[in-house]
Order: sequence, then structure tokens, then C-alpha cells
Amino acid sequence: MFANLKNNDKLIMLGFTIMVFAGPIILAPFGAGYPDLLQRFAIFGIFAIGFNILFGLTGYLSFGHAAFLGVGSYSAMWMFKLLTMNVIPALILSVIISALFSVVIGYMSLRRSGIYFSILTLAFAQMSYNLAYSVFTPVTNGETGLQLRLQDARILDAVNTSGSLPSPSLFGLKLSATTVVEAFGMRFQFNWGFYFCAIVLIIMFYISLRIFRSPFGLMLRAVKTNQNRLNYTGINTRPYTLGAFVISGVYAGLAGALLVCTDPLAGAERMQWTASGEVVLMTILGGAGTLIGPVIGAGAIKYAENIFSKINDTVLEGYFAFMPETISDFFVFIVSPFVGEGWHLMLGLIFMLVVTFLPGGLVEGATRITGWIVSLGKKSKSVDANGSTEAAE
Amino acid sequence: MAILEVRNVSKRFGGLQALDDVNLSVEEGSIHAIIGPNGAGKSTLLNCFVGRLMPDTGTVLFQGKSLLGKKPHEINQLGVSRVFQTPEIFTDLTILENVMIAAFAKRDGAFSFNLFGRVKKETEIRDTAEKILHDVGLKEQLTHSASAMSRGDKRRLELAMCLSQDPKLLLLDEPTAGMARADTNATIDLLKEISATHNITKVIIEHDMHVVFSLADKISVLAQGTVIVEDKPENIKGNPKVKEAYLGEAEGE
Amino acid sequence: MDAVFLQFLNGLDKGSAYALIALGLTLIFGTLGVVNFAHGALFMIGAFCAVVMRKILTLESVVLSTTEKTPWGDAKEIRTPYIETWFGDVGTTMIEYSVIFSIFFAIPVMMFIGVVMERGLIKHFYKRPHADQILVTFGLAIVLQEVIKAWFGANPIPQPAPASLTGSVDVGIWLGMTAESLVYPLWRLIYFAFSAIIIACTFAFLQLTTYGMVVRAGMADRETVGLLGIDIDKRFTFMFGLAAVITGLAGVMYTPILSPNYTLGMDFLVLCFVVVVVGGMGSLPGAVVAGFLLGILQSFAAMNEVKAILPGIDQIIIYLVAVIVLMTRPRGLMGRKGVMED
Repeated sequence: MFANLKNNDKLIMLGFTIMVFAGPIILAPFGAGYPDLLQRFAIFGIFAIGFNILFGLTGYLSFGHAAFLGVGSYSAMWMFKLLTMNVIPALILSVIISALFSVVIGYMSLRRSGIYFSILTLAFAQMSYNLAYSVFTPVTNGETGLQLRLQDARILDAVNTSGSLPSPSLFGLKLSATTVVEAFGMRFQFNWGFYFCAIVLIIMFYISLRIFRSPFGLMLRAVKTNQNRLNYTGINTRPYTLGAFVISGVYAGLAGALLVCTDPLAGAERMQWTASGEVVLMTILGGAGTLIGPVIGAGAIKYAENIFSKINDTVLEGYFAFMPETISDFFVFIVSPFVGEGWHLMLGLIFMLVVTFLPGGLVEGATRITGWIVSLGKKSKSVDANGSTEAAE
Repeated sequence: MAILEVRNVSKRFGGLQALDDVNLSVEEGSIHAIIGPNGAGKSTLLNCFVGRLMPDTGTVLFQGKSLLGKKPHEINQLGVSRVFQTPEIFTDLTILENVMIAAFAKRDGAFSFNLFGRVKKETEIRDTAEKILHDVGLKEQLTHSASAMSRGDKRRLELAMCLSQDPKLLLLDEPTAGMARADTNATIDLLKEISATHNITKVIIEHDMHVVFSLADKISVLAQGTVIVEDKPENIKGNPKVKEAYLGEAEGE
Repeated sequence: MDAVFLQFLNGLDKGSAYALIALGLTLIFGTLGVVNFAHGALFMIGAFCAVVMRKILTLESVVLSTTEKTPWGDAKEIRTPYIETWFGDVGTTMIEYSVIFSIFFAIPVMMFIGVVMERGLIKHFYKRPHADQILVTFGLAIVLQEVIKAWFGANPIPQPAPASLTGSVDVGIWLGMTAESLVYPLWRLIYFAFSAIIIACTFAFLQLTTYGMVVRAGMADRETVGLLGIDIDKRFTFMFGLAAVITGLAGVMYTPILSPNYTLGMDFLVLCFVVVVVGGMGSLPGAVVAGFLLGILQSFAAMNEVKAILPGIDQIIIYLVAVIVLMTRPRGLMGRKGVMED
């Protein structure tokens, strides 16, 4: 039954859509129901889904995808500054520019494979990052980051007389607008910015699903398994890998554009190679090569970042207050390096454990557990059956 | 008519003359075996057919067109499929997907940006793949992963992949290398069956003479980089030159 | 001409650091075939060995003064490092030369860390794909970085070089130029000399000792050497430790030039991978040559004359070289063909 469920695309899409749209309700009890974090879930979900199309399917490990994220952010910002605060032109331009960038970088990097490919993407990304800080300051505004200003042209928008900075909108609908509903003793916040990102996420997830199911996706998986055989089977692998690279670059660019749609500020630090490392972590943690894994990984990491990084010693003492003081002090001492400022430590540890023991990520973990439960169920049944045959004898 | 022609091919690796003025011609519809002792240059020759190696001199013509300088996928698209010494398959994919990939390559060419098609709905491709898998006698569950198969079954799968492309020429690189006697015989039987159902020109590279005697229409014996004899199997058996090439020093003692 | 020569010298200290780190990284590559993304962290840990050593040497006794008062009227604290109390002037000198002492402290510490890393984690990844090795060591790099951050804080901790070695030398005079035309900080010259000695020792060890010979044979063909009845695994573990020591020492001696900070590892990681690739994966001489070459290139690219023609070149020169080398000659300057190529 599970297998049927797993392969029914309509059900997957339906379930995914419901989960995403109900996000503000489902996550509110976990303290993650506020717009800023929900938007990050959706945006980094898109980033990781795209990265997974390259890494999960073809096995090419890029350490430079944050560059496309940054390029997307800058393109969208320039659209906001020059044309209009409507997000649609911003998304379109960021898709075009990030596609161009990824074609060039992908074309060169994909001439090599394995670790050489990783280093090439790393080198390109670091070049973009360093240039964004130095020579391209007129475009990127260097360390300060690219911001909206009152005197920006915005030729399509009405003249701004309010004296305050405009905010991104979708045909007049302000993305920052939030409806707050108080119910069941909780605050549920429904934010337009989140729902806009959610719709893009669902569309991008659907595209990824179709790629997974397509002959194109099959070829990408074949590249990962045995590129040599594929060549001798009459397939020119280069355009396939380049296709995957560009698609994942566009996903990253789109994610970058959405970042500035929800918070109009683009800085170069989001292009640094450690930011590329973050999307690798998300994809692996969730499960590289699986459909839903990257979204889960992105959610898990962003959740941990927001929740754990806010826990400080005072909060911890509150957690362990029920214990005698010496023992609670001990626990606070043990746990505190892993939360608050040090939550990256926990991230690194979890990541090492996942790579070592669960290469398929959280999705593999979940599958194993369900498989284990199912097999337990079967075992008890088969024991029954044996028992009855013995009785018959 | 010759489907594959090798003319004056030479290849040197540093101080080693791997191939020395090799001439061969493979008749369409025939099974042509290239045999020879270890180090005779068989693999080098094969690699010149498939685009992996570039000979120093000479040409390799397939249906009158030169194969030299072409990439492996281009040569495959011309109608030349190959089987590797150790079966090369896609171990992470299912058995059926393995063959479907080959069928896609035949139908859609070296690249098709088929992003939104559905593999599931490609019934024609699936039917071809299933039929071929049946032909080669692979009885495993077709939706199982290809990684857990026995070596013999992997060889069958690889053959199925080649056959699904309906190639004009099939290159077999030591198809029984490393196999036990029983497996070797099974493979020979399989190749005979395939020859009966699919009329494909085959070139078999083989070290073991006995494998090819029952299969080949014609045998070329390669020794020290040159073709020393080219004849029908029955004539090869008693040929003293062949004996010498294979037994060499043993004969001299 | 002097300016060019000065840039050349400026490149030497950075180049020395690159060469040492890349040498360590290549040893790990060559012997174990592992892509170690935690290698930058080893450099950082080395640098923090110097910090720890200085902390130990400057442990102080605190006595409240009976006579002196602070401006607030409290009794003034008199802090005296224990080591001065015990050894007097000798103690003062020891604090002065803490960087040098750190070397002797760092050797066993780095060896220990290297061996633990190899036995505890890396050895489980020999048979796994390179991507997995990259990922797990990347995770380890994050962990090590965060541990250091938790202990030492996020701010750089300046480490002074011994006062007698902080001055500058007039290199120009040695080379027969006019005085003051070419002045260069002494510590950087010492760093260069130090790395030259370490590199020479490493090569001598590998080339001249039987132990090194076996290791080199193992690099070329692990299985055959194993068949000879030699426990090559144990030697490789030692080599990992040795690589950690080399990298750590590069970090110790670099502290007066660049104050140690927890980001040091990640900062140097990308650079030293680029160095290794340019030198040729698995080639020890390649790593050294490429290290110096890139250090010097970087320093030339920082010249105003060069920047005027190619703005921003100083920011990207290393990566640009890496891209060009990988595109045109993937085996690098001195690498063997086929290493790590699929």
C-alpha cells in the first residue's frame, strides 16, 4: 500500500500542497509559525530542491551554488530599484541572469568530474564572492549590501510621496502584510510573503517531480551510476549534466530573488562558499536523490538555526529547573556549547553522524523505521500462520 | 559486403608496438572472432573501433565511414554497440530501467531535452525492453535493482541493453572472461540463441579459442600486433602458425 | 626592480604557509586517498596550540597590593605569571619566546589529533566515494571550528612574536643594494626559513629512510606492499599524524603574522585545495612549488601597478589560476595522470 502511495504523483502533490499551505497552522505549536521563518523554510526548500536535481540525480557535488543565489538576489534588487516593486519582473530577471551565469560556469566546470568539478565550482563561486566585494561594488554596493533607496528610479511605479521606503508587492498586494488569528490559545500568522513563496515552492517542487519521473531524469540517474556505460550506450552525457546544472542554478537564483522579495537587502555574504556548504548539508541531511528529502533537510536546518540559536543559558536553566541545582548546572554546562551561539557545533555533529550512518538522510531513516515496523507486523502474522499449520499437523 | 574495415592500423605506446599494420574486414551478417594470446593487442584494437583510442596510422571504416576521432556515443549512434569484459550496467537502477535507457538512446538520439515526459507512460519503450529481456532469458523481477544480480545475469542484462538498440554491429570484448566452465557454456548458448533470433553482425574478441570455434564464421588470429592468419574455424584449428603463437615457447622446447 | 623584489619577498611568507598546508594535504591524499576538508581546521588548531601555550606560560598569581590603590580606591591587584615567580628572568624569557615553545607543545598534540582523526573517523571512509569523504570531513571541520569558537571566543587573539625577532631586516644590504631600499620584517624571513626546513625534513624522511620508502611504495601500490607482510595501515596512520603535525606547525608559526581566529581553518581550506590542484593531486613537490608560486603571484597581483591594469585581480588571482590549470591541464603542474579522475 505504501509503495502505491509513494508512486502516486497526484497524492504526493496534494499532500505536499496541503502541508505547505497549512504550514503556519502546523508549525505554530513548535514555535516556528512566524512569517520570517516560514518564508525561509520555503525559500531554502526551493534552493535545496534545485541543488538536489544536480547532486542527488547526477552525483556532481557543487560547492558553489550560493553564487547563483547571490546573483538572483542582486538581479531582483536591481529590478526593484529600476523598474518596479512588483515581484514578478524581479523573479523573471533573476531567472534569466542566474541561468546565464550557470550556463557559463557549468559549461566550464562540467568538463571535469569528481573532486575536480567540486573545486572548479568552488573557485568560480569564490571569484564571484570576492568580486562582489571589490570590483563590482557599483553593482553590489560591496560590504553594505544592495538596499532600496528613496531616490531609486522605479520607472513603472507611481511617484513615492510617503517619504518611507516602498516594500515588495505582487500587483499591489504587499508581501509584508500579515493576518493574525488568535485561536486555541495560540497565535496563527498568515503572511502574504509566505504564501507567495509557498506557491513558488509548490510549482518548483512539481517541476522537480516531473524531472524525476522523466526520461531526462532517468538519464541523470544513469550518469550518477555509470557514466562510461551511458556514453557507450549512445548518450552524450555533457548536455544532460549541463541541463541539470542550469536547472539547479535557476532554482538557486529564484531562491535568491525570493529572499529579497521578503527582505529587500542583498549582501555578498550569502555567496560565500560556506553558504554553498549549507545547501549541501540540507540536501544530505534530508536525503540526496529523494524527492521530498531536500525540503525536509532545509526545514530542519533552518528550524534548528532559528530555535536552537536563540536558546541561551538562562533559557536552559529554565529547562532544567526541575532538577536539583548542581545537577541542572551540570546539564546546562553540557548542553550550552551546542545551542545558542554554538548551534553550528550540533549541526556539524548531526551532519557527520548522518553521512556516516545514514547516507540516505532523514528520508532513509524514516523508510527504515517504517520498513522495520512493517516487517514486525509481517513477522507476527507469519508466526501466526506457522502456528496454525503446526496445529493442523 | 564488408561492414567494418580495418586498414593498416598501427598503434605504438612508448616503446611497445601494440598494433602493427592490422588489416581486417568483417562481412555483414557474419560472426567474426578476433583471437590471440594475452598481449597480442586485441583490446587495443577494440578500443580503436569504439573511439577510446586513436591509432597512429590507418583507418577504421564502418559502412564506408571513418570511425576515427568520433566519440563513443557518436559511434554507438551509428549502430555499433559493445559489451564490456566485466559487465558494465547501471547498478543503482532497476533491471527494466537499464534496458529502457538503451532503448531511449536508440529512439531519441544522443540527447533529448525530454523534461516533462513520463518514463511510466513510454509503453512502447517498456514493451521493447521487456521483450528483449525475455529473449535473453532474464527471469528476475524486472523492477528489482540491478545491483544484486549474479555475474552471468549481469552479462545477459548487458546483452539485452545492446540488443534493444538493434545495432548493426555488436562488439563483444571477452564475453566469457573470468567465468567458470558452466557459465561459459551458458554464455555460448545464449550467443547462439541470439544469433538465431537477431541477425546482427558480431565481432568477438576472445582469449579462449574454444569459445569461438562453435560460434564464429571467421577467425582472425592476432599475435604481436599483427594478424597472422585469417580463416574459417575448421582451418584455424590445425594451423601450425596459430599453434606457435599460442604455445610459443612450449613448442620450442 | 626593488618593488618587484619586495613583492617577491612578500609572497614568500604566504607561499610558505600555503606550501606547508598543501604538503600536509597531499600527504593525506597520496597515502590514504582521502579528500580531507577538515585540513584547514588542522592549521587552525595548530595556531591555537600557540594560544594555549601562551596562556599556560602566562598563568598568573594575583595578589592584592597593600600599598598601591586603583583610582577607585580598591587595593590594586598585582599579577605575576607563576613562571616568573619560579624562574625569574628565565621565566620572562620563556614567555617572550612562547611561540617557539609552542612548537614543542604542538608536535605531540597535533600528532595525537591526527592519529585520533584517522583511527576514529577517516579510516571508515577509505572505501566510500570521495563525495562522502568530502562531506564527512566538512562536517568535522565545522565541529572543530565551533569547538574552538566555544573555548576561545569569536575574536582574533593576537600573538606577539618574540621582541628580539619583531624588527625588520634590511634585506637590500645583503643583496648589495643601497641601505633602507628593501626592508623586510624579520619574523616573515624566519617563517620562510622554518617552512623550508620542515619541507626539507619531510622530503628527506620520505626519500632517505626505509620507513619513508615503504610509505612511498605504499602510495604507489598499497596492496602489493601489504602482501609483503608490512603493516602499511599503521604507517599510513602515522603519516596522517605527520601531515597534521606539518600543518599544525605551519599554524603555530603563522600566529604572529595573522592573529588566530576560529575562521582561520575555513579561510585557508579553499586556498590550500586550490594549491594542491594547481600543483597536481598527489604530487608532493607539486604542492610545495604551487604553494610558493601562488603566494608570490598573489603578492604581485596586489601591486598597485597591476591592479590599475586589471582591477580586482588581487581578489581572484588564485582562483583564476586554479580554473585555468584545471581547464588546460587537469593533472596540475606536476601531477601524475589519472589521479582522482573518474
